[in-house]
Amino acid sequence: MDALLEAAVRLAAPLLLAALGELVVERAGVVNVGVEGMMLVGAFAAFAAASASGSPALGVAAAVGAALLLGALFAGFAVLARADQIVVGTALNLLALGATGLGLRAAFPDGASAAPGVSDGGLPVLGELPLLGPLLFGQGLYVWTALALCAAVALFLARTRAGLVLRAVGEAARAADAEGVPVAAVRCGAVLFGAALAGLAGSVLTLSQSHVFTEGMTAGRGFIALTVVIFGRWRPLGLLGAALFFGLASALQFRLQARGVALPYPVFLMFPYAITLAVLAFAAGGGRAPGDLGRPYAREAREGG
Amino acid sequence: MSGASAAERALRALRPVAAAAAALALAGAVIGALGFPATAALQSLVRGSLGSSAAWTATLLKTGPLLLTGLSVALAFRCGVWNIGAEGQLLAGALAATMLATRVAPGAPAALLLPLLALGGAAAAAALGALAGWLRAARGVSEVISTILLNFILIQAVAWAVQGPLQEASGAYPQSDALPAAARLPALGRVHAGVALAFVAAAAVAWLLFRTPLGFRLRAVGHAPVAARFAGISPERHGVAALAIAGALAGAAGAFEVAGVTGRLYQGLSPGYGYTAIAVALLARLHPLAVIPSALFFGALEAGAGAMQREAGIPAVATEVVQGVVILLSVGFALQRRSG
Repeated sequence: MDALLEAAVRLAAPLLLAALGELVVERAGVVNVGVEGMMLVGAFAAFAAASASGSPALGVAAAVGAALLLGALFAGFAVLARADQIVVGTALNLLALGATGLGLRAAFPDGASAAPGVSDGGLPVLGELPLLGPLLFGQGLYVWTALALCAAVALFLARTRAGLVLRAVGEAARAADAEGVPVAAVRCGAVLFGAALAGLAGSVLTLSQSHVFTEGMTAGRGFIALTVVIFGRWRPLGLLGAALFFGLASALQFRLQARGVALPYPVFLMFPYAITLAVLAFAAGGGRAPGDLGRPYAREAREGG
Repeated sequence: MSGASAAERALRALRPVAAAAAALALAGAVIGALGFPATAALQSLVRGSLGSSAAWTATLLKTGPLLLTGLSVALAFRCGVWNIGAEGQLLAGALAATMLATRVAPGAPAALLLPLLALGGAAAAAALGALAGWLRAARGVSEVISTILLNFILIQAVAWAVQGPLQEASGAYPQSDALPAAARLPALGRVHAGVALAFVAAAAVAWLLFRTPLGFRLRAVGHAPVAARFAGISPERHGVAALAIAGALAGAAGAFEVAGVTGRLYQGLSPGYGYTAIAVALLARLHPLAVIPSALFFGALEAGAGAMQREAGIPAVATEVVQGVVILLSVGFALQRRSG
């Protein structure tokens, strides 16, 4: 049981990271469906940089940097030029899939080998405690980073002036503008923050979970992160719960499979997506999206429509 | 815009061409910068898509499914519904058609079996589209997320089917039995009737959108949902209808693919037609007739990319870069038009 929960927490970490980023983006009124592509680019950049340098830290930096490039593209098109956010996000996903596929072949013509990883080891002493020890303290750096960021985002949104401004932009951009808030700048900043966290989340896949990059390896995790935001009702603590739920579902998938439960393999692979859809359909009600979510803001535009 | 001169209109029509050319040039530059042989790549690309009758055949065979899925995306987007699920809908069509041909009615004559496959594939995918529409209308689930999740689910459903209930009798490979001869679409050379039907579908969708009351309502909902609601047109119900029709188009593409090209169902049946379809539709600015040249462009690109991978060792996934850039440039041009 302990091992199952531990796996659940580990698998939840990248989802939580990406979802926290997307939460800040959405609370500023922007939907970024390009999370998937940003994670993919992060996973590849982390893998390539860590393999080349031998340093996982450089890998993480490269992941964040590469995802920020995509974030800047998204901000330019979807926020500054006010193109449709869904369309721009979709374009970035395709772009990321092609660019990482090409990059993989160019950087590793003879096939990729394992990259050095970020420590999975837990805290000393505390991790040895019985029962809760491994669960709480036996986790790697990524889990701790995700939890710390969750607390930080919660405090930022609820307790800081900047957080209030960001929420105002997401709820009612025009009113915020009238108060002198630079709407576009706030949204661009949020998008870049979301991109950085998506890149960080991608680096988990190649530096902590599989240590090798394969084409399209995010396999929908970015979209599941979008669902985590909805299921978590746009609140940091809700996101934590939702990410743990999906982590547990994935961990169960591996566990049942290892136990040799007589279900065909593809049915196991279908599991996380089916669960996600079921959750959206039957359990995600009640959350309220930010008022101006997905609406480009143009100063000269008339109200309504 | 009503006062645009003929020259202005011609210039506007050229913008998608410029977008496509710029995307190709940019992808070529990236390929070259990464140290791949760019010139050889370009040669393979052109030779593999337009250089011979075999190349043209390959291009047309890729154009067929891109045309149908592109129409699927264009019709849904026009109604303000983000159908990112053409890939899953195509697979649902292929799955249903294979089941009908190899399990339900394998002995039926062609006159019965072919319409059954096409309609069955379209109906299965229409149901899948309608499911996403219902989730949106009744449960408030964003169709962007639900259609994407359904793509992943359908990919695994096909994987399961070809290892389980639809696997070939010999059990040797994870694939279905070959479709009976009566289930194979008639073809000219290798170009099957489904390709021709895809062109007909473009005209049919144009007629539906611009000449029928339903098409008017679909466009009204996409253009001004609030005004449409005031006029008594339900955006939710028309969203369901748009996704069902979009699903049917993509599902037909899947049925034609197994009945006209592969002859069997297996994993990896589609190289991502349903995702390329988004670029096809946006390059065509969501106009059903403009989807024809757009699908031909991306069809040629897909066919050429195959040759590029074989001859110049450049992964075919490079085409995704072109698709992404085309979409970005298309929305860029659309903005220019809006503000101009």
